[in-house]
Amino acid sequence: MEKFQTFTGIVAPLDRANIDTDAIIPKQFLKSIHRTGFGPNLFDEWRYLDHGEPGQDCTNRPLNQNFVLNQDRYKNSSVLLTRENFGCGSSREHAPWALADYGFKAIISESFADIFYNNCFKNGILPITLSTEKIQHLIEKTESNIGFSLKVDLENQTLTDSFGNMTFFEIESFRKDALLNGLEEIGLTLSHAEEIKIFETSHLQKHPWLFRT
Amino acid sequence: MSGKTLYDKLWDSHLVRENEEGTSLLYIDRQLIHEVTSPQAFEGMRLANRSLWRTEANVAVPDHNIPTKDRDKGIEDPFSKLQVDTLDENCDSFQIKEFKMSDPNQGIVHVIGPEQGLTLPGMTIVCGDSHTSTHGALGALAFGIGTSEVEHVLSTQCLIQQKSKNMLIKMNGELKQGITAKDLILFIIGKIGTAGGTGYAIEFGGDAIKALSMEGRMTVCNMTIEAGARAGLIAVDQTTLDYVNGKPFAPKGELWDQASEYWKTLQSDQDAVFDKTIEIDAGDINPMVTWGTSPEMVTDVDGMIPFTTNGKFQPALDYMGLAQGTAIKNIDLDKIFIGSCTNSRIEDLREAAKVVDGKKVSDSIKLAMVVPGSGPVKAQAEQEGLDKIFLDAGFEWREPGCSMCLAMNADRLESGERCASTSNRNFEGRQGQGGRTHLVSPAMAAAAAIKGHFVNVTTVGWEN
Repeated sequence: MEKFQTFTGIVAPLDRANIDTDAIIPKQFLKSIHRTGFGPNLFDEWRYLDHGEPGQDCTNRPLNQNFVLNQDRYKNSSVLLTRENFGCGSSREHAPWALADYGFKAIISESFADIFYNNCFKNGILPITLSTEKIQHLIEKTESNIGFSLKVDLENQTLTDSFGNMTFFEIESFRKDALLNGLEEIGLTLSHAEEIKIFETSHLQKHPWLFRT
Repeated sequence: MSGKTLYDKLWDSHLVRENEEGTSLLYIDRQLIHEVTSPQAFEGMRLANRSLWRTEANVAVPDHNIPTKDRDKGIEDPFSKLQVDTLDENCDSFQIKEFKMSDPNQGIVHVIGPEQGLTLPGMTIVCGDSHTSTHGALGALAFGIGTSEVEHVLSTQCLIQQKSKNMLIKMNGELKQGITAKDLILFIIGKIGTAGGTGYAIEFGGDAIKALSMEGRMTVCNMTIEAGARAGLIAVDQTTLDYVNGKPFAPKGELWDQASEYWKTLQSDQDAVFDKTIEIDAGDINPMVTWGTSPEMVTDVDGMIPFTTNGKFQPALDYMGLAQGTAIKNIDLDKIFIGSCTNSRIEDLREAAKVVDGKKVSDSIKLAMVVPGSGPVKAQAEQEGLDKIFLDAGFEWREPGCSMCLAMNADRLESGERCASTSNRNFEGRQGQGGRTHLVSPAMAAAAAIKGHFVNVTTVGWEN
């Protein structure tokens, strides 16, 4: 995984709570057997006026101009600002794949669903949790300033707007390290292979019924 | 020192190591695999040139894309077909046990795991599917994971995890006559909200839980994720042991004795401390119906869509084509779906058949379908004559699979269609773009099919 770098990006506000992974990437696109190419179908049912199918060329589909990501001012945004319980529902990793493929590098919300939150870190996306008051404040600022952007600095755990206002955010140190160093988790776990084998042998002795299929 | 919760016990018995940075390496006994969330994991293994850590820990089944009729014609949709073919190829090349589409034991992954005795008490069980929480009903630690983690388990048999907090939801007293596990879990979600369990493993306890069958317990644990918690748990008791005993892959003979002795210890200690405890009087619960686009938007069938002054519910109501103050019983339906990993087990079909028996599906219903959870559930139902009851009433009787719960196959709602569904999610577009879903129990869905609108199936004379 690539190392997470400090970046400055346009903020797109999606002022809605409980956005589920079915909304982020509808099920018909889950039929792909690849990890890439989900960006054009991110928020498909909200973004387009027609019904999308996998394998379709999205460039000429009718856009829902009311949807935030279709508005010129939010084109090329890389920070998504939203409300509580973002990413609830299905465990599909296609949701962070679609967000990353579209170009989002950070998502700011009051809270995230557990599985989605975890999946973000496997794909180089930084989910940032802020208080309701701060989210409200940021949404207002985003809406009243065209081109409103934030500098996202994970190392120092700060968000800085173009006016110089800085906000700190909390993140667990192991998650921060994983993103900053682009850690490859499977390789990391395999460095403990001997310990896993020792555990496995003793586990099987204690529970000999476990390993039958 | 205080005692341990069931979750603590399951966690501790699978803890390989505690990593320096505050995470833990947790050993995974069983991984269940389906066609949607696994192809990229196998691809990742091949690219990294890694091998399977323990082949027999994995069991696969295609379920999401599977057609529920005319199976002999194969899968029509080329994308669905490619995904199912890819699973077959991956299982063949890695020698993973798979119940293929043509296997008489094929079914929804969360139905066949317990049914085959492939998921057992005391196990850690994962699957690239959020409804893996279902298996917690057997006193196992079971949770959904993403595809990167599927690959992690295939390659290492472990996951890097952070321990969740402990929550106890204690259901005191008895459910009223005719109230089901589905009503119980919808009531809980309505009470704590869809994020109420985020960060927790939820243990369900109390007399009303102990009185549930295994099928009912699976319904409750299945929808724990709809309350935000990745894992739901129920302590092992005689009901659990009776269910597991004799299942094809369950231990037999001496091994059974040894296993069942251990499984009996799988309950929270008397002095265990939970981070949060919620007590609910089960006797307060009525048949529940969701009216919005989140499972927490739920009320009882005799109620109405609530009023708010802040417009909070307006996007959901606009999508659903409903207004505040509408009585639930006045909501007319177009389609009825009885199935999904929440409610497609034999007990669910019996409950629905009992309601339908001798009656006819309303003329106003375009389609009423029953999709059994697995081949064995279907066979059992047919042996009991339930298929005939449904068919005589005007229901379609289909082949097992996920079907219209998420509409990845051909079974779906058209835009604007309204469905009484025994599934688990009423999200926008879940059952088809523009489709409107109301989550209910099998008995409630069956009664709605007969009347064409919601009725309180526990009321005497509901059919009149």
